[in-house]
Amino acid sequence: MNSQAPIVIVGAGQAGVQIAESLRQEGFGGELLLIGEEPHPPYQRPPLSKKWLADGGSGNPVSLALRGAEALARRRIELRLESRVTAVDRRAAELTFANGERLRYGKLAFATGSLPRALPVPGATLEGVLYLRGIADSQAIAAAIRRCAADNHRVVVIGGGFIGLEVAAGARKLGAEVTVLEGLPRLMSRVTAPVISEAFERVHRAHGVEFVFDAQVVELRGSGGRVEQVRTADGREFAAGCVVVGIGVAPDDRIASEAGLACDRGIIVDECSRTSDPVIAAAGDCTARRLPDGRLQRLESVQNAVEQGKSAAAALMGRKRVFTATPWFWSDQYDVKLQMAGLSHGYDQVVTRGDLHKPAFSAFYFSAGRLVAVDSLNRISDHMLAKRLLDHDVLPSLEQVADASFDLHGLMKQTA
Amino acid sequence: MPKVTYIEPDGRAVTLEVKSGRSVMSAAMEAGVEGIEAQCGGNMACATCHCYVQEPWLEQLPPPSDDELLMLGNVAAERRDNSRLSCQLTVRPQLDGLTVQFPERQS
Repeated sequence: MNSQAPIVIVGAGQAGVQIAESLRQEGFGGELLLIGEEPHPPYQRPPLSKKWLADGGSGNPVSLALRGAEALARRRIELRLESRVTAVDRRAAELTFANGERLRYGKLAFATGSLPRALPVPGATLEGVLYLRGIADSQAIAAAIRRCAADNHRVVVIGGGFIGLEVAAGARKLGAEVTVLEGLPRLMSRVTAPVISEAFERVHRAHGVEFVFDAQVVELRGSGGRVEQVRTADGREFAAGCVVVGIGVAPDDRIASEAGLACDRGIIVDECSRTSDPVIAAAGDCTARRLPDGRLQRLESVQNAVEQGKSAAAALMGRKRVFTATPWFWSDQYDVKLQMAGLSHGYDQVVTRGDLHKPAFSAFYFSAGRLVAVDSLNRISDHMLAKRLLDHDVLPSLEQVADASFDLHGLMKQTA
Repeated sequence: MPKVTYIEPDGRAVTLEVKSGRSVMSAAMEAGVEGIEAQCGGNMACATCHCYVQEPWLEQLPPPSDDELLMLGNVAAERRDNSRLSCQLTVRPQLDGLTVQFPERQS
């Protein structure tokens, strides 16, 4: 291996920036390249479906900056924007760019993120069918929503998950009528308990959003190349000024997979963000982490990108750094803040604390009597406490959580 | 443009010119100030942009909202009387010279 060849990071989002900066903190003094496809220096994506969209998508992209080009240059991180890597030849340790250029690497990191899942029905490529990934998408969605509001057309959102619901809330704020089509019987059903889904359904309905559940979209129709209608399997038709599709994301592991790295709906990494190739690491949405019990876990969050990014940098320096912090995530819809700590997957009991209708409550998830996760709606203190309880493995019993008079904060203080 | 001085946990000071209307957090992120994480991007969901506002600026700032106070009750580093979340501080011409210090840890 040529020790002069640079470390190259493919993907300049949250995970890519973290890998680059952590490499410097770990003492890497060699050449470092950060490659991004978009024209913008690295920026923070979460506001794109939240405040930035609800403010009309007309904000200055600089306000989203994660790191400016100057700050990266100061750390001798060479930023190449509007550059797309199309292939990796691991035997030659060489990358190929879309413009045909080739580049040798000493070590490599993938931080390619995820791509919105495409709606697999006829008409899905009509104009006015929109997906959210980057700044340009958020701007396009905001513009389409404002046209709908001006022309009295409805915004149809396909998918009642985080992105769909945040876009619905933004569209209401921008004055458009909104219908959300959800394929399952309730909102955000893969990640939250029914009590959370119901609370958000009430909040959205109070803001005038219409919901259709168990809606199987079979076709989008339009005229002049523009979408005008969404048709579901039961024959219903929904008029649409624009359609926003939020049916989940798929890890972008195409180049890694074609290069022969072990992938399974994501680049497979261990707890230290190492891939099946010792000179290649990966971090963030593009990965699938192998858990000790053999299962593969995918976390799509800023925290995961940051923590896996730190691990990936350590791995490229030949060190082990395991990511153990409690996973957390959040969503903003209108004035309701959802904060999630831990992973509720596989829970068998839920206990709530607080006021379900206000709403200001938390749902505590238990699995075999053990607290595994807490979802908080407008209960900031509960969330911050839950992170600490789960981090320190100080776990209240189901009876303690169910007893409204029991002081959970006291539990943490006792053991502090 | 108003100047804002950021003091890193190790005492190094970084002074930036920040456009009026921009958050104290956002400018620090773009410039790569090290003592800040701001994982949620200013949505007040994470409390990882915690800072200590230096004298005499604390009194010049609008008081924290109830939500910010709740978040401040759970920051990773020591909470002090001058603790604020930098994502909630908007730079204004009259804040020219504002100085904030970042704590040892954010998460």
